[in-house]
Amino acid sequence: MNDRLARIIGPVLLLLALLIGWEIAVRVTDTATWMLPAPSDIIRAFREDWRLLLQHTRVTLSEVVIGFGIALAAGLITGVAIDSSRIIERALYPLLIASQTIPMVVLAPLFLIWFGYGLLPKVLVTALVAYFPLAVNTVDGLKSTDRELIRLMLAMGAKPGQIFHLAKVPSALPMIFGGARISVAFAVIGAVFGEYVGAKEGLGYLMDRSAAMFETPRVFACIVILAVMGVSLFTLVSVIERVALPWRRYLAVTT
Amino acid sequence: MPPPLLNISNLTATYMEDGQHLVALENVDLQVQKGEFVCLIGPSGSGKSTLLDIVSGLFAEVEGSVEINGHALTPAQRPGSTSYMRQRDLLMPWRTALENAALALEVHGHPRKEAQRLAASRFSEFGLAGFEDKYPAQLSGGMRQRVAFLRTVLAERDLLLLDEPFGALDALNRSNLQQWLVQLWEREQQSVVMVTHDVDEAVFLADRVVVLRARPGTVIHEEVISLPRPRTRAMLTSDAFLAHRAVLLDALGLLEGDVA
Repeated sequence: MNDRLARIIGPVLLLLALLIGWEIAVRVTDTATWMLPAPSDIIRAFREDWRLLLQHTRVTLSEVVIGFGIALAAGLITGVAIDSSRIIERALYPLLIASQTIPMVVLAPLFLIWFGYGLLPKVLVTALVAYFPLAVNTVDGLKSTDRELIRLMLAMGAKPGQIFHLAKVPSALPMIFGGARISVAFAVIGAVFGEYVGAKEGLGYLMDRSAAMFETPRVFACIVILAVMGVSLFTLVSVIERVALPWRRYLAVTT
Repeated sequence: MPPPLLNISNLTATYMEDGQHLVALENVDLQVQKGEFVCLIGPSGSGKSTLLDIVSGLFAEVEGSVEINGHALTPAQRPGSTSYMRQRDLLMPWRTALENAALALEVHGHPRKEAQRLAASRFSEFGLAGFEDKYPAQLSGGMRQRVAFLRTVLAERDLLLLDEPFGALDALNRSNLQQWLVQLWEREQQSVVMVTHDVDEAVFLADRVVVLRARPGTVIHEEVISLPRPRTRAMLTSDAFLAHRAVLLDALGLLEGDVA
C-alpha cells in the first residue's frame, strides 16, 4: 500500500504545482478569462454549469460505450475470422488496413448526410476509430499461440475447437486487452470528433458552442471531463484485465 | 506371444528443405513390447524426434507401417493414441499446475472438475503436493517438468513418447528426475519410447537402447541392457554399466576420433 502511495504522490504533486503555477501566471499577467481561464475559473464553471456538463457528459459517455462495444464485437469477430482461414486473411486484411487510411475527417460528414444528427453517426465514428487496434491485436494475439503447444495438443488428439478455446483464446487475451486499452482511449476522441462535425448534444457539441460564445472556462471544464473519462475507462479495462488474467502478475517474477 | 505394443516396420520419411527432398528416416524397424522402456539415441539429424512425431501422428511417413496394439493406424488415426512429452514443458502459463496436469484428461473428454480431481490425487506422488494452485511462472524448471510428466502420464495411454524430457534441465535436476522417473516406471510399467542424447541416461533408464545413425536416419544397433531392476545410482559405476556404455559409445562412433 505504501508503495502505491509513493507511486501516486509524485504525479499528484507535479499536477498540483502546474495548476498553482498556471493560476499565478494568469493572475500576474492579468490574462482575460476568455483567452485563458485560471484553474479557479474552471472550477467555478464546474460549480455553475454542473447540470449542463452532466447532461452532455451522459450523451458522450453513452456514445463511447456503445461505439466501443460495437468495435469490440466486430474486432473479435474479424480477428477470429482472419486467424481461422488463409483465404479470409488474404481477402480481409488489406481492407482492414485500407479502412485506416481513410481519414475520419472525410467519413464523419458523410455519416452525417447518411444518418442525420442523432446518436448513430457518432456511435459509428467511435466504433470505427476503436475497431482497428482491437481487430489487429486479436489477430496478432491468436497468431502468437505457441506452435509447439498446438502440436502437443494435436498429438493428444485435440479437436480444432478444443485447440481454439483451450490454447488460442487464452494466448490471445493479453494482446486483446492491450488493444482494448488503446481502443477505449481512441473511442473518447472518436465520439468528440463525431460531435464536432454536427450534433445537438454531447461534450464535443458543448465545447464547440461554448468556444463560439467565448465561454472558455466551460471549454476547459469539458476538456477536464474528457480527460477523466479517458483515464477512467483505460483504468477500468486494466482492472478487468488484472482480475481476468491473474497469472500475468507472476510473469515478471521469473522471466 | 502377444503382438508388440508398437510395431514400426520399414518406415521411410522425407521432408522438404530448400526445395529438396531430404530423407529423415530410411527403412526403420522398431518393436516395443508392452511394459518395455526403450531409449532412442543418435546424433542430431538421425530422425529420433521425427520418429516420435510419426508415431504420435504429427508427421506422415512416405512408406512403411505403424501398428499400435496390433492395429495398423494411418497418420490421421494416430493422434490421441499415445501420450507425447517434449523437451519444453509446454505448460500453459494461464493455468495452474493442477489445471495444466489435467489438460490431457480434459482433451480426452473428462469433465473439468473430474479431470482436476484425478490430477490432484497424484500430486504428492509426483513430488508436487502443495503446488496445485501455483502458476508455471512460480515453479522451478524441475517442478514444471514434473507437472508436464504428470500431464503425460495422466493421459492414460499405453505408450508414452518422451522427447528429451530432461534436456533443458541442469545436471542436478536431471539426475534427480532420472532417479524419480526410473522409480515411477518400475511401479507403473508403462511402455516408454524416450529420445535422448545422453548415453548414461539411456543405459540407466532403459531395457533396451536403440542407436540411430544420421543422414539418412536408420537403426544401426540395438543393445539390451542387462542391469537388474530396481535400478539404483550405485549401478552407474558397475562394470555392466560401463560395458554397455562402451558398446553404445562405439556404435555412435564416439570412441575414436573426437579425442584429439
